[in-house]
Amino acid sequence: MFALEITGVDRTFHVAGKPVPALRDISLSIREGEFVAIVGGSGCGKSTLLRLILGLDRPDRGEVRVGGQPVRGPGLDRGIVFQEHRLLPWLTAETNVAAALRRSGLDSAQRRQRVAEYLDLVGLTAFAKAWPAQLSGGMAQRVAIARALVNRPRFLLLDEPLGALDALTRLRLQAELARIVRHGGTTALLVTHDVDEAVFLADRLVVMQPHPGRISDVLTVDPAARRDRSSAVFLRVRDKVLGMLGVETEAVRAGAYETAA
Amino acid sequence: MKRVLPLLVPLVALAVWEAAARLSHVSHELLPPPEKVAYRLWDGFAHGGMTGDLAASLLRELSGFVIGATGGVALGLLLGLSRPACRLLGPLFLGYRQVALFAWVPLLSMWFGGGEQGKVAFIALAAMAPSAVNTWRGTSALPHSYIELSRVLMFRPLDYVRFVALPGALPAILTGLRSSLIAAWLATVGAELFLDVAPGLGGRMNEGRETFQMDLVLASVVLLGLLGLTFSRLAVAAEKSLLKRRAA
Repeated sequence: MFALEITGVDRTFHVAGKPVPALRDISLSIREGEFVAIVGGSGCGKSTLLRLILGLDRPDRGEVRVGGQPVRGPGLDRGIVFQEHRLLPWLTAETNVAAALRRSGLDSAQRRQRVAEYLDLVGLTAFAKAWPAQLSGGMAQRVAIARALVNRPRFLLLDEPLGALDALTRLRLQAELARIVRHGGTTALLVTHDVDEAVFLADRLVVMQPHPGRISDVLTVDPAARRDRSSAVFLRVRDKVLGMLGVETEAVRAGAYETAA
Repeated sequence: MKRVLPLLVPLVALAVWEAAARLSHVSHELLPPPEKVAYRLWDGFAHGGMTGDLAASLLRELSGFVIGATGGVALGLLLGLSRPACRLLGPLFLGYRQVALFAWVPLLSMWFGGGEQGKVAFIALAAMAPSAVNTWRGTSALPHSYIELSRVLMFRPLDYVRFVALPGALPAILTGLRSSLIAAWLATVGAELFLDVAPGLGGRMNEGRETFQMDLVLASVVLLGLLGLTFSRLAVAAEKSLLKRRAA
């Protein structure tokens, strides 16, 4: 049973009257509970693909199915964390998370409990009453993660969620994200241009190339690589993916992995 | 220094006024010196029933403001949030804005009479436009990312209004309300001067003009200015405290 099935999807935009293909012949299946990362440079259509999965946009050809059902629009079975936190500045951390439960069908006591549970999961119980302007970038993004998860979605979509954060906060939140996603057993799809982040978090990597956006490679990440960012396995996967994206590292050029591979 | 600076120009103006009244050959009947006006103001409150006039004007202004601003915000929300409404009513409203406010006086006085109803209707009409324009702009200029978020969270239209549109447009709405308050105050004097005579500051000015008491006219003008300033200050303070939590 696949949590997500994308089959033969094309999407073309029209810019100043000219057709610009954003996605061509995308097919991808993600198993229940899997953590998949899409890596690629800018213009490879990764965000367009996320919008199709979210139901904010429709493919010109092909089909997107979530849990066996074709996507016809947004739904609470898919939660999203955007690159900017997109918290509503006039609501507290707590009410921002609670706003996601408007259509959940839970009564108010259940909602309160659910909000508290997810603020606790992201470690922000003490900041429940804080305004977004009072939170650091990393904290605000953790509130956004709680908001994306509070409906217990089947699918968590992450659109470069740590891209706007400083390097240290990003490392800390990567570990945090790994814990949170594994905790709920949610199926997750991460879009990123940070190859280290992708290798650290994902079970499987999807490499996309631009003009038009297409999938060039799919590779499975050795679980051993995830345990240690400085291990040889980690570096090998990372350099391989960087090579696919056209970035050649010194180690690859020197043939360091030739014997190991 | 910072506190003194804003007072500088009014003080100079006062000195020029004083000098003009004393040194020129213009009669004090036409240009009374400031102290005479100040005395008249004090006397008006002490013995002349100025308090009653002030209360009548304020009550009139506030009734018109509440009616007009409520309608204005509602119209602005409709124009800003509903595309069909914007297409249908937008051009009509923009056209209406091109008509000078006083052009409605004959019509309003026919419909509502020159008495209290006509005056309040005129003030309400004046207060409506600034609230409507600002609410309209505020709600239609909300960032697209919030609209996308609302779609992802499956907000119903009313949820969108409550959680996104109203609070998001609040700064613009408050600016509109402040302009409406000032417009209503201006219209109050207009209504009192051009419609039937009734207790109020405008009535006082008419009386001063007809009985050739320029000190009374000027005292009323000073009072109008001071009250306008107070309204503006109060509105700014209210705005600040309402929007305080948004900034870190």
